[in-house]
Amino acid sequence: MTWLRDHFVDVLSLAGQHAYLAGVPLVLGLLIALPLGWLASRNKVLYPFLIMGTGLLYTIPSLALFIMLPLLLPFKILDPNNVLVAMTIYTVALLVRTVADGLGAVPDAVNQSATAMGYKRLRRFMSVELPLAVPVISAGLRVAAVSNVSIVSVATLIGVSQLGSLFTDGFSRAFLDPIIVGVVACVLLALLFDVAILLVTRLVTPWQRAGSPAA
Amino acid sequence: MINRIIAWLADVAHWQGDDGILRRLVEHMEYATTALVIAALIAIPLGLYIGHTGKGRFLVVNAVGAARAIPSLGLLYLAFFWLAPRLSGEVAFLAPAGLVLVVLAIPPILSGAYAGVEGVEPAARDAAVGMGMRGTEVMRHVELPCALPLILSGIRSAMLQVIATATIAAVLGLGGLGRFLIDGLASQDFPQTASGAILVAVLALAVDMAFALVQRSVVSPGLTGRYGKVSL
Repeated sequence: MTWLRDHFVDVLSLAGQHAYLAGVPLVLGLLIALPLGWLASRNKVLYPFLIMGTGLLYTIPSLALFIMLPLLLPFKILDPNNVLVAMTIYTVALLVRTVADGLGAVPDAVNQSATAMGYKRLRRFMSVELPLAVPVISAGLRVAAVSNVSIVSVATLIGVSQLGSLFTDGFSRAFLDPIIVGVVACVLLALLFDVAILLVTRLVTPWQRAGSPAA
Repeated sequence: MINRIIAWLADVAHWQGDDGILRRLVEHMEYATTALVIAALIAIPLGLYIGHTGKGRFLVVNAVGAARAIPSLGLLYLAFFWLAPRLSGEVAFLAPAGLVLVVLAIPPILSGAYAGVEGVEPAARDAAVGMGMRGTEVMRHVELPCALPLILSGIRSAMLQVIATATIAAVLGLGGLGRFLIDGLASQDFPQTASGAILVAVLALAVDMAFALVQRSVVSPGLTGRYGKVSL
């Protein structure tokens, strides 16, 4: 593995680019999925349309989406922004259902108690419903994170550089080292995202670690 | 640009012959279904066994998560360098692509089968045992039909991923709809690339919808409530 030692800085910068292309859409996707999921959980008529509609987006193959987006957006085909938008679409596709189901699972009694205590709609959502839905949403976010990291590597075929570039580089030179390093780095990056989401979830849901009621 | 894509798709010459759309479509479905069948043959029995016995649960949950993180393109190239020198002819290219698609399809099918059996109501299982059924009979007559919806949705999401990912088989020089994407990119023929992208997306959608219909018709009416509520 002398190859890795010689190219460590390059691999690190590709990993940084990869984390950016997979991570930013995760945040953007969550911000878009929250209101959509909330709407779906509130409105029985909209629910199937929103869930099916966003679910359909996930059926578009990634390579196809990467190539089609420049048609609809003001970016050139090699622009990394296409990848950001595509990954945001996939994140939204995965998360709307999770958010809707997470919010829907908050017990009615809890909502009624909050209302009885004088919580208005927005405050009730922010400080009661959303926090209680966090464990479910975070489970969905973990799936989206792992899938994003894996999908982003395909963007090398349209010439956007990230860890996937190591695959095409190794393949064109019939040289295994970069490919192995790329695969391992992708898996490690996915693990890193997973651990980060778990840690944030732990931080924002302190009640889940609280001991028995006697404590 | 949109007009040029429509023109490309409307050109009859692009649909016929050995490198035409129809031939590529058939190849694409051949790759996808072969991989799916192999994956199902491995994952369904394994998932049923794990769900039935509860053994190896920890292993499945973690292995499924880890397998999802493996980038398909990297695995494809690795499999190619590993398998190609050991095989000859077209198999040297088909085997690595097949391996990647099977690896991709196993996790969703496995977790569907395992979760389906594990989620069977204990009361239903107890009733079957009480009626004198043995382990394999409980599995065949109770657990399998009850788990069918989840098994099918596992296969459905595997199908979707396999159809989408079969496009990258083209980077090894194989056929399938990915050819239009890869060739179009290489020769900067944008209408061809975009047409290929649209074809894959439409195929994925069509197969998914067809599968949704199959799913609805094969699941036991007792589970879906198609017979209406039983009045007591």
